[in-house]
Amino acid sequence: MGESTPVRGANGRGAGSSGASPIPAVRMVEVTKRFPGVLANDAVSFEAAPGEVHALLGENGAGKTTLSNILTGLYRPDEGQIELFGEAVHFHSPRDALDAGICMVHQHFRLVEPFTVAENVVLGDHRSEGKSFFVHSPAIERRVAELGEQYGLGVHPRSRIWQLSVGEQQRVEILKALYREARILIMDEPTAVLTPQEAEALFVTLRAMAEEGKTVIFISHKLHEVTAVADRVTVLRGGRTVETVMASDATQRSLAALMVGREVDLGRSPERKQKPSGDVVLELDGVRVPGDRGGEALKGVALVLRSGEIVAVAGVAGNGQRELAETISGMRASSAGTIRVGARELHPGDPRDAIKAGVAHIPEDRLGTGLAPSLSISRNAAFKTYRTAPISWGPFLAVKRMAELARSLIKRYDVKAPGPETPARNLSGGNLQKLMLGREFHGDPKVLIAAQPTRGLDVGAIETVHGFLRDAASNGVAVLLISEDLDEILALADRVVVMYEGAIVGELDAASATVEELGYLMAGGEAR
Amino acid sequence: MIRLERRLDQPKWLSVAVPVGSLIAAFAIMAVILAVTGHAPGHTYRQMLEAGFTGNGAFSATLLSATPILFTGLAAAAAFRMQLFNIGAEGQLYLGAVGASWIALKLGDGDAGSTPLYVLAMCVAAGVMGALWALIPGVLRAFANTNEIITSLMLNYVAGFLITYLIFDSSSYWRDVSTLQAQSFPQGKPMPAGAEWPTFGSSVVVPLGFLIGLGVAASLWMLYSRTRFGFEVSVIADSPRAARYAGMRTRRKILAVMAISGGIAGIGGASQIGDFTHTLDPTGLQGAAFGYTGIVVAALARYNPFAVCLVAVLLGGLQNAGFTLQGPDFPSGLVGVMQGIILFCALGGELLIRYRVTISRRARARADTGSAAEPAR
Repeated sequence: MGESTPVRGANGRGAGSSGASPIPAVRMVEVTKRFPGVLANDAVSFEAAPGEVHALLGENGAGKTTLSNILTGLYRPDEGQIELFGEAVHFHSPRDALDAGICMVHQHFRLVEPFTVAENVVLGDHRSEGKSFFVHSPAIERRVAELGEQYGLGVHPRSRIWQLSVGEQQRVEILKALYREARILIMDEPTAVLTPQEAEALFVTLRAMAEEGKTVIFISHKLHEVTAVADRVTVLRGGRTVETVMASDATQRSLAALMVGREVDLGRSPERKQKPSGDVVLELDGVRVPGDRGGEALKGVALVLRSGEIVAVAGVAGNGQRELAETISGMRASSAGTIRVGARELHPGDPRDAIKAGVAHIPEDRLGTGLAPSLSISRNAAFKTYRTAPISWGPFLAVKRMAELARSLIKRYDVKAPGPETPARNLSGGNLQKLMLGREFHGDPKVLIAAQPTRGLDVGAIETVHGFLRDAASNGVAVLLISEDLDEILALADRVVVMYEGAIVGELDAASATVEELGYLMAGGEAR
Repeated sequence: MIRLERRLDQPKWLSVAVPVGSLIAAFAIMAVILAVTGHAPGHTYRQMLEAGFTGNGAFSATLLSATPILFTGLAAAAAFRMQLFNIGAEGQLYLGAVGASWIALKLGDGDAGSTPLYVLAMCVAAGVMGALWALIPGVLRAFANTNEIITSLMLNYVAGFLITYLIFDSSSYWRDVSTLQAQSFPQGKPMPAGAEWPTFGSSVVVPLGFLIGLGVAASLWMLYSRTRFGFEVSVIADSPRAARYAGMRTRRKILAVMAISGGIAGIGGASQIGDFTHTLDPTGLQGAAFGYTGIVVAALARYNPFAVCLVAVLLGGLQNAGFTLQGPDFPSGLVGVMQGIILFCALGGELLIRYRVTISRRARARADTGSAAEPAR
């Protein structure tokens, strides 16, 4: 990765002037948004000045996207206030936000493929040209060409979207915002789809827009980009604002520390003794897995887990951790390499085989993968055991025994639910997690893969989940903990492996590892 | 300004209240149309009630009309429950009729004799044919991920051409070529006497097909709510990813559910042959469009097999009343309009189950002016 060339003006103009601006372009005060089971934004506040590139930095799940969806009128906040240029606004739909001059460039573009650039630009615009029944192409095309020249967004107004590269499509999205004379532009992870050169060009454009007094809100979890383009950085973690800092005062390391949050040192469990040395339970050797967007998600991963130990996988989201969990649990097929549980080699891409071998899996996506949202607790509780005797007899289900199992899990794992027939989606995140942990432990697993087991949970539930994981390990289960929360990793794990771009780039003893060291490896730094 | 908001949870009572409300709304809208076209709505509805349900022999006729749509309704419900949109009950029913009439003709008049044997053979042949026909879109969906709505729908036309060909454009096994009249006016061979399905009851005559349909409904309920198979289907329907996570074999389920759905529609075809036409009648089958009505039945019943039985009788009565009502001053088109409105209201009602309608006055202006009067939500 390394340091990118800062494209900010050599004098650091933006940073200086924006801090002093009296009326912020955007001001969000104590904005809270809850979803069933998740507190996505918890009293988030931040402000961005006109003429500023303001970065929202945070890991996946930190609440960046929810925040921008509130700002663009897609969601309504449960609490809190939004002010634009000093005036309170209440958006009832995305249209209201557009009218107020807020445009957003989403990660996945909102373009009509068969239409031309000019047509896409004018689409949905209900002023002047956009208002008329006919699309006055020449006038719009001229304006689009002009804007493109002015901001370095070269793309022919008559090209059709499907003919354009991804980078060019992004330019069309920005042109759309410029054409509508947006005062505030939100870019959601804009560089995820770009080559480094395209990203550099984008930064120049964003700076040019800021020079003109527009506000650019730049959402990212990549440190080097944030330091390269932003004037100020607001760091979000777990749905809360951590701090707003001047980009010029910040280093990648200091931002990383804010992002992963080291001040809440939960402390390592004191009674954790020397490394347990049980039998090898899980063994991965040279595992390669194709990625969803081409390329390889796992590039020859080798990993050994012993019974009774907790091994944590640290890494910035999208570096193959998710694929690792899915591959071991059989949801994703590997293209090469072997996975062994005990002496048994797993069939690649066969979840049932993994379940039989004793692999329990707490997926990242609780509702939708780990649990079926509209089905009852009792049905969800039977996911792994419905094939065998107490729950089914021959082809039939023992519905009463299913309910009994659910009731016993509810009681034993303290799941707060009205009863076994409650649909899973009515449970809070913490209770979903307890239900799922209860179900997975019920099958007496040999290996437990827990992917982001505490993401979005409140403190009490986090403690419970941590307790379960420790208990599992002391009962001889090999636990693979995948987490982006470094405190959690350091509090729970015996060993930490760091993943970067689909490979394991380092392994540390949790007892001696530090957040700084992990953060450095996670960002692609060389192991020291 | 009217807005739709997604419901976070769907109360149980809604799944009863909404379909009933949809029906009431449909009748209310129809009343306006009747009034506009110069028919007194009250009088017409009374007539319909009598012709469809309360009149002498009316209920027997209604059960006759209800039988085929009971089968196609169950076929649709069986597939829709797994979010597998088999629109092909129409064609699967044709193929079922082809299979049933073939086996009945094969068994012939001879000593085979006993009706139960005919019924069993016809149902099996029809079920197999319907299932095979439904497996074409099923296999395509399972292995090539094609859209089963399109493929099953298109196969309906293929099936239609096939039965037309069997009777009109060829001297196939099914075509009656025994007399000169039959040669110039193509028609199917009459079924042997043993292949006529019995009826039950005297004041209300219940065709055997209807009873078989009730049995199928009960088995379907059993299958979907009390077996491992049904459990897997419900998980796949709710979240295919969760099903994969739990190690369920989605492809096999797609094939099985399509086969079950097609098989049920096929048995509907056997019932057509055994209960009513006693010959393969392409024109009548294609004109009736049982398969498409079955989709309406399943939608109104919210895919519940028992509710399908009720709705089938209700719509059967409506159809039957339509036949009685239609005449010089009551165009048959009005009956079609009625059915269309019911479907429209039923599908509109679905929206109300998933979304809540909220009405608020002029919301837009506030965003522009930033009025502080609006309480934060």
